[in-house]
Amino acid sequence: MILMLIRRLLQMLFVMFGISVLAFAIFFATPGADPSARIAGRNATPETLIQVRHDFGLDRPLPVQYALLMKRLFITGDLTSFVNRGQEVIPEIVASTPVTLSLVLGAALIWIAAGGLIGVLAAATRGSWLDRGLMIAGMIGVSMPVYWLGSVINLFAQSRLHDSALFSWVPPLGYIAFGDDPLGWFKTLVIPWCTLAVLYAGLYGRVLRGALIESLQEDYVRTARAKGLSESRILLRHALRCSLISVVTLFGLDFGALVGGGALLAEVVFSLPGIGKLTFDALQTLDLPVIMATVIYASFFVVASNAVVDIAYGFIDPRVRDA
Amino acid sequence: MAVTDLGADTIAPAMTKTPRDSEGVWSIAWHKLARDRLAVVGALIFAAIVLAAALAPVYATYVAHTDPFHSNINGEIVIDGKPVAVLASSTEGLGLGQTPIGPTWRGAYLLGADDQGRDVAARMFYGGRASLLVSFGATAICIVLGAALGITAGFFGGLIDSITSRVLEILWAFPVYLFAISLSIVTISQGLTIGWVTIEASSLLLPTLIIGIIYTPYIARPVRGQVLALRRTDFVLASIGIGCPTGRILLRDIFPNIAPSLIVMVPLMVALNMLTESALSFLSIGVQAPNASWGTIIQDGQGLLYTRPLVAIAPGIAIVITVLALNVLGDGMRDALDPRSSARAGTAAP
Repeated sequence: MILMLIRRLLQMLFVMFGISVLAFAIFFATPGADPSARIAGRNATPETLIQVRHDFGLDRPLPVQYALLMKRLFITGDLTSFVNRGQEVIPEIVASTPVTLSLVLGAALIWIAAGGLIGVLAAATRGSWLDRGLMIAGMIGVSMPVYWLGSVINLFAQSRLHDSALFSWVPPLGYIAFGDDPLGWFKTLVIPWCTLAVLYAGLYGRVLRGALIESLQEDYVRTARAKGLSESRILLRHALRCSLISVVTLFGLDFGALVGGGALLAEVVFSLPGIGKLTFDALQTLDLPVIMATVIYASFFVVASNAVVDIAYGFIDPRVRDA
Repeated sequence: MAVTDLGADTIAPAMTKTPRDSEGVWSIAWHKLARDRLAVVGALIFAAIVLAAALAPVYATYVAHTDPFHSNINGEIVIDGKPVAVLASSTEGLGLGQTPIGPTWRGAYLLGADDQGRDVAARMFYGGRASLLVSFGATAICIVLGAALGITAGFFGGLIDSITSRVLEILWAFPVYLFAISLSIVTISQGLTIGWVTIEASSLLLPTLIIGIIYTPYIARPVRGQVLALRRTDFVLASIGIGCPTGRILLRDIFPNIAPSLIVMVPLMVALNMLTESALSFLSIGVQAPNASWGTIIQDGQGLLYTRPLVAIAPGIAIVITVLALNVLGDGMRDALDPRSSARAGTAAP
């Protein structure tokens, strides 16, 4: 177990190093243009360009430039934006992290609960119209672009039906910190949570249904049936336990993809000032230092959370420990 | 000689042709697919969408009578004998800005205009074209690059495999959207120049390449696993034993056995790529002006969401229908080509 822990952590560090080198190469060594012009943003003055060259050591060898960037990202934390002169990037990321985490964790809770319900219901009634209906609904959910669904919901909740009883409680777009007003926090986030959950609940339902049906063909289920256990007990206590493994693996992957993808889009549509919105605003102004910082920080977070899921997985399922 | 047990990653063992077994895996799969009503409907809908996108210039010229790439700020059209401005001064709120014409439900401005007075319906046809071109192009890149990397790593093993696998591990762990953002942001303003090859910043090739590259590990990793298992099967060992050249083994023994799983991936990858393309375009780092894609039209419609919601909603519906049709078709193809997977499920999701 300890061996597995160490190996997994080493692998995590290796992947983080790899991603940082790759991101560095993309930002600084893509052929065809002067990186200082990119970092300085649009219409940079010659003085800005000189300062950028000095700051990032662009006249020095690439490994030195890489080390300088990493130092400014993680040790001194003094990377500054050149579009909003002098704005420090790292404090902005730290300030927007709670927003993104609130969004992602809340959505994950909802989609796991909904996905679990869909999967168990569909597996219990497999072949019926309910099963087929749930699977088709799930597939529609997966096929929707999240930012589009968000826009459609905004159209109704903020404008067309805002004065109806159904949506009159909806606050204007934006974010309220949990510490300031817990109820307001919940109100601003509940619609974004559900929007993101729609995307994943169907997928989880499908995967769980498949895993459940597969485990129902296992020998231990036949044994349980032979013991005379009720069908619902077999499904919930015996088959579900084993099927959860596939869901846990999927969760590790999706949670990461969500931080870097779906959540980014949801934050843009719902005007939540999280890391995704920060990245989006930086994309509009081509503010490269901000983008570099958010990309690397968010990727590291994703890699670390994947490692945590894998390690947790080792605790849940003894079979993977020695693998 | 049928291969039956190649490990969990292998899908649909191909059979070598002998005179007795004339019905091969492809023809069995084809008949299965043709009986799957849902999959057939998906395929037909998708074909209709491709046809509509191909006919974009016909729609713009003969139905809408407009050029969807040029703004038409001072234009007027005649509805029921009365001239109507394409962009009217706003009557809502402070009366600032302009409200484009809403859906007319006739040839010109069927779905209304966007904030530059361009025909949304005509732009949707062209947008579908760009979205489909990018998704298909990116899928071709993923499949070719992924299969090449996976086969090389799995078959040759050793140092080549170690290096390829480590690189794929890093690419796999790099969240796709963040990877795409990094690649887009450095190429978006100046384009890309490698040696003599220059790709314009507005070219559709850039998003195609970027999306193709970010999803390559999704193909390469499973292919590597399959090839690794195939490498140890008796018929491959026999081919090596009798001194077959490597190219021939790859072409005649390895490739036919991974082809079904590659084919199954195609519709699902096109669906995934389409969602990714639209998301990147929505973030303004995908398809660039003057080209339009469904994602860029949704972005154009954001400012008009509460006044002319159709500008943002209509292209989204087009995306949902297309992606859904592809997912349904992909599911059907998987069931047809891999009998064991009918219980399993998994669909393209961003």
